[in-house]
Amino acid sequence: MNASAPFLAVEQLTVQRGSRQLITELSFELHAGQMALLVGPNGVGKTTLLRTLAGLSPPTHGRVTWCETAIDRLTPESRSDIVYRGHLDGLKKDLTVRENLQFYRALRGGAAELDGILAELELGQIANRPLRYLSAGQRRRTALAALRVCRARLWLLDEPTTNLDVAGRHLVARWIVEHVKQGGMAVLATHRPEEVAAGGTLLIEL
Amino acid sequence: MDAFWIILRRDLKLAFRRWSELANPLIFFVIVTSLFPLALSAERPLLKAVGTGVLWVSALLSSLLVLDGLFRSDADDGSMEQLLMSPAPLGLVVSAKIFAHWIVSSLPLIVLVPVVAISFYLPAHALATLAAALLLATPTLSVFVALGAALTVSLKSGGSIIGLLVLPLCSPLLIFGTRATDLAAHGEPVAAPLYMLAALATLAVSVGPVAVGAALKVGLE
Repeated sequence: MNASAPFLAVEQLTVQRGSRQLITELSFELHAGQMALLVGPNGVGKTTLLRTLAGLSPPTHGRVTWCETAIDRLTPESRSDIVYRGHLDGLKKDLTVRENLQFYRALRGGAAELDGILAELELGQIANRPLRYLSAGQRRRTALAALRVCRARLWLLDEPTTNLDVAGRHLVARWIVEHVKQGGMAVLATHRPEEVAAGGTLLIEL
Repeated sequence: MDAFWIILRRDLKLAFRRWSELANPLIFFVIVTSLFPLALSAERPLLKAVGTGVLWVSALLSSLLVLDGLFRSDADDGSMEQLLMSPAPLGLVVSAKIFAHWIVSSLPLIVLVPVVAISFYLPAHALATLAAALLLATPTLSVFVALGAALTVSLKSGGSIIGLLVLPLCSPLLIFGTRATDLAAHGEPVAAPLYMLAALATLAVSVGPVAVGAALKVGLE
């Protein structure tokens, strides 16, 4: 692959859910160190687009490629390049914060040290408590900690700051900006684009 | 292969944290099988004649009792999306989940059934065959159940539909399972039905997880 080729490429993407056409002939490219923000009112198809980029729902027309391979035909190694965090936290309520994170770290073959990440998110005190006893914001923090636990190049995040307090929102914004600065990529559905927007950010209005 | 053990360990841990749900099908099984001798009559020849059938049907129904939980909780809390996107092959992920389900739902049953069988005057020499037949039949059953659960994962509650989907598929298991037990009770060779069960298990375990994975993917689109 040559250096200027995009990592993520979306070509003429059209997505239909039921009888509604949500996304019409959308094309964009994402290079290393670039971020795309999906903005638009509720119900316009931001989540659908993210799920299509993640390979969870198939496009009606057009294609999504990661490193020039169709998103649904990725090898295991390149699949671990992409992490998706949607509205659902993907965490088990009966497991503790630490156990949930350990599971994702093991599943995706990461080697990150948990204690530092937990401390940064102010989850250190409650790391051994089952998730069912935590607040929605604390669960969201745990879900986002999973981003740092598994090494992925592309973050697909669906309104990541929902339920977070001001400090949490700033922390997540900083993470995303740092991740992108270090050559990572991110696609975010957000209602607060000003929190993370920087030079070179792609703004996609749906 | 690591992913298999990781998911298996997680599912078992989760299952044992909610052990009351695990106990439900076992309690159901014990209740149903102990009601029959009360309702019929405690005559030895009668109980002996119906025993095998009652044991197998109750075992089958009690394992259908827990099938909705196989993928439902993971689908509801978003874990399934994460599993679909994990680097592990989908077939392996599904195999791990089915195996975990089999360990918590079928393994206790295999231990319990021979004990309950004594109350139906099943001769001692047939108990080993009964356990062996269950050991061969339950993996197939778990795969069928997983298939039903995967196909209905997008529905709010798939309970009764899964039953309709899965029960017809289970009839060969019932036929060969009871046949093996009956033959053993009469002291005849039991190899043929056991081989059939083993063949079905091989087929289900090798092809099943891929089919279940495909069904799950479609269900969660």
